[in-house]
Amino acid sequence: MSLLSARGLHVTFPGRRGAPPARAVDGVDLDIGAGEIVALVGESGCGKTTLARSLLGLVRPTSGAVAFDGQPLAYSSGALRAYRKRAQLVLQDPSGSLNPRHTVYDAVAEGLRIHGYAGDERAAVAGALARAGLRPPERFFLRYPHELSGGQRQRVVIAGALVLEPELIVADEPVASLDASVRGEILALLLRLRDELGLSALVVTHDLGLAWNIADRVAVMYLGRVVETGPVESVLTNPRHPYTRALLSVLPESEGAPVILTGEPPDPSRIPSGCRFHARCQLLASGEATAVADRCRGEELPVLGGGGGRAVACHWATTS
Amino acid sequence: MSLLEVRDLRVTYGSGATAVPAVRGVDLTLEPGTKLGVAGESGCGKSTLALALLRLLPASARIEGEILLDGDDVLAMSWGRLRAVRWAGASIVFQGAMHSLNAVHRIGDQIAEPLLVHGRATPAAARARVGELLEHVGLPAARAAAYPHELSGGQRQRVMIAMALACDPRLIVADEPTTALDVMIQAQILRLIERLVAEQSISLLMISHDLAVLADTCDRLAVMYAGRVVEEGPARTVYEAASHPYGRALSSAFPRIGDPASRRAPRGLPGDPPDPADLPGGCTFHPRCPVAVDACAEHDQELREAGAGRRAACVHVGSTS
Repeated sequence: MSLLSARGLHVTFPGRRGAPPARAVDGVDLDIGAGEIVALVGESGCGKTTLARSLLGLVRPTSGAVAFDGQPLAYSSGALRAYRKRAQLVLQDPSGSLNPRHTVYDAVAEGLRIHGYAGDERAAVAGALARAGLRPPERFFLRYPHELSGGQRQRVVIAGALVLEPELIVADEPVASLDASVRGEILALLLRLRDELGLSALVVTHDLGLAWNIADRVAVMYLGRVVETGPVESVLTNPRHPYTRALLSVLPESEGAPVILTGEPPDPSRIPSGCRFHARCQLLASGEATAVADRCRGEELPVLGGGGGRAVACHWATTS
Repeated sequence: MSLLEVRDLRVTYGSGATAVPAVRGVDLTLEPGTKLGVAGESGCGKSTLALALLRLLPASARIEGEILLDGDDVLAMSWGRLRAVRWAGASIVFQGAMHSLNAVHRIGDQIAEPLLVHGRATPAAARARVGELLEHVGLPAARAAAYPHELSGGQRQRVMIAMALACDPRLIVADEPTTALDVMIQAQILRLIERLVAEQSISLLMISHDLAVLADTCDRLAVMYAGRVVEEGPARTVYEAASHPYGRALSSAFPRIGDPASRRAPRGLPGDPPDPADLPGGCTFHPRCPVAVDACAEHDQELREAGAGRRAACVHVGSTS
C-alpha cells in the first residue's frame, strides 16, 4: 500500500478582477510508496508547487482527496498538526526559510517545541544535525545562519525536518540555490536518508538531471496535469510524450536536434480544450501526428493513474 | 590581433587587513568571432571579472593588470573614450533582467537610450531601430511601448539582449544570461544568442555556473576557482576530460541522463567553495581535492601546458605525461 496517495486532486484559485479561475492543479492522481523517492518535474507555473502544498495539507483541494497511510487527510488544525509530524516540508532557498536571529539549535528544536516533545531535546537536535551531515553537531548549536555556507544552511533546514522523525519529506527545489559542487552532496544525503531511515520523498524540481540522480519514479507535469509518469530509467531514456521529449532534447548534453517549444507555458486560467498541450505540440506542428489531430484538438485525455506503472497522456503516443 | 586580451588582472575590494582579493591574476584571450565561456561557483570572482572588463566596478575596488580591447587598455583610457567603448565596443547582458531594467520606463525608450546618448541616431531613427532590434530578438516591434513588468522573464532577457546589440558592439559579455529561466526559455535564449553572434560575427564572453551550458555554447572554456583560472582549453575537451581535479569534479556534478554511472549516484565535492576573504594557503583547492599531495598545502600552482591548446594549474599536470 502506498504511504501517500492523491486521487482526482483539483486546486482552483479564484480569478482576480473577473478573470476566469486558475486551475493550478487540474486532476492529478499520485502515489508515493514507503521508502520511495518520486520526482515531480515541470516548468514554472505548471502547478507542481501547488500540488506539493496540497499533499501536505497546506492548501485545501477544491475537489479530490489526499490520504496518508490509508487515512484521508482531515483539515482541522489539530489533525493537521499531527500530520505535519509525519510529513515534513523542506523549502528551497535556505537563506529565506531560516530565521536569521535564531541559532541552529533553535531552528532545529522549533519543531520539537511546537509538538511538545517529551524526550531529550538536546539529544534529538544533535541526532538530527548529525544525520543531516553536520558533525560534530555540538559545534553548530550556537551558530547563526549567516555564519554558515549555503550547503550547511540547507543541511540545517533538512535537520529541522528530520528532527520529528517524519515518514515523508516533500522537498521543493532542494538544491536549486546551491553551487554545483555542493548540490551532489545534498542529493547524496537525501538518498542516504532513504536507505538508512526508509524515508519517502517527493522532490519537486525543474531539473531532469536531479530526477536521474536520485529518484525512483518521475511524474512530468504540464499545466496542472501529470502528462507522463513511470520509472525514471524508462521515462527519461525513452520518453513518449512530446512534452517530455522536448524537455529532454533541450538539455545541453542531449544528442540530436533540440526541440525548442515556442512561447511561454500557457496560463492555467485558460487551459486549452482537447489535449492541453496541443497548441505547442511539435508533433502536431510538424504533421507527424496528423492522423490523430482531430482528437488532439477536441478530445480530453484521461487522468493518469498515480501508481508505479508507465503511463502517458497523449493521443499520438497511445495509438502509435 | 586578439579582440580582447586580459593580462594578470587583479581586483581587490577594500584595503588593509579587510582587503578581499576577488580576482587574483587572470589571463584570458578572446579572438574575434569566437565564444569563450568562464565557469565557476559563487565567490570565484567571475562576476567581478565581467564588471572589470568594462570598468563597471565600484570605486572601492582596486584593479591592477591590463584589459586590452582591440589593443586599447580599458583600465587606462580616458572617460570619454571609455564611454565610446561601452555599448559600441563591448556591451554587457546581466543576469536577472528584472533588476537591470528600469521599472518605470517603457522598454523601447530604454533600448533607444544608448543610441541617443552615443549620438548615433535621431529620435525618429532610434525609434525605427528599436523596432528592428525587437524583431531581431523575437519580440513584436509593438512591444516597445510595454513596461518591464508586463513582460515575462524570458521576454525581459530578450530586451536586455536587444539593448546590448543596439550600438553594434564587437564583444558581448553575458553574465549568467539564462540563470533563473525555465529550461525551455533558457534554450530559446541560448539559441538566440548563438544565432546573433554567428550572424553578426560578434565575440561572446559568457559567464555561468553551468558548465554544461557553456560547453554546449562556447568554443573555449575557462574554469575559475578562488579568483584564478585553474583550467582552460577547448570547451568540449574541458567538459568531457578535464585535467584539473576541480574541473573534473565540476563536470561530474552535472548528471548525464542515460549514463548508468550517474544513476542514483549524485556527485559533488566535500566542503564549500572558499570564502575569498579567507583563502586556504598553498593551492587554494587542496582542502577539497581528492588527489592532493603534501606539497599542495605549501605551494601554489601556476597554469601550465596540459596538451594542445590546454592549460591547467595542478601539480599532477605535465609531471608525468
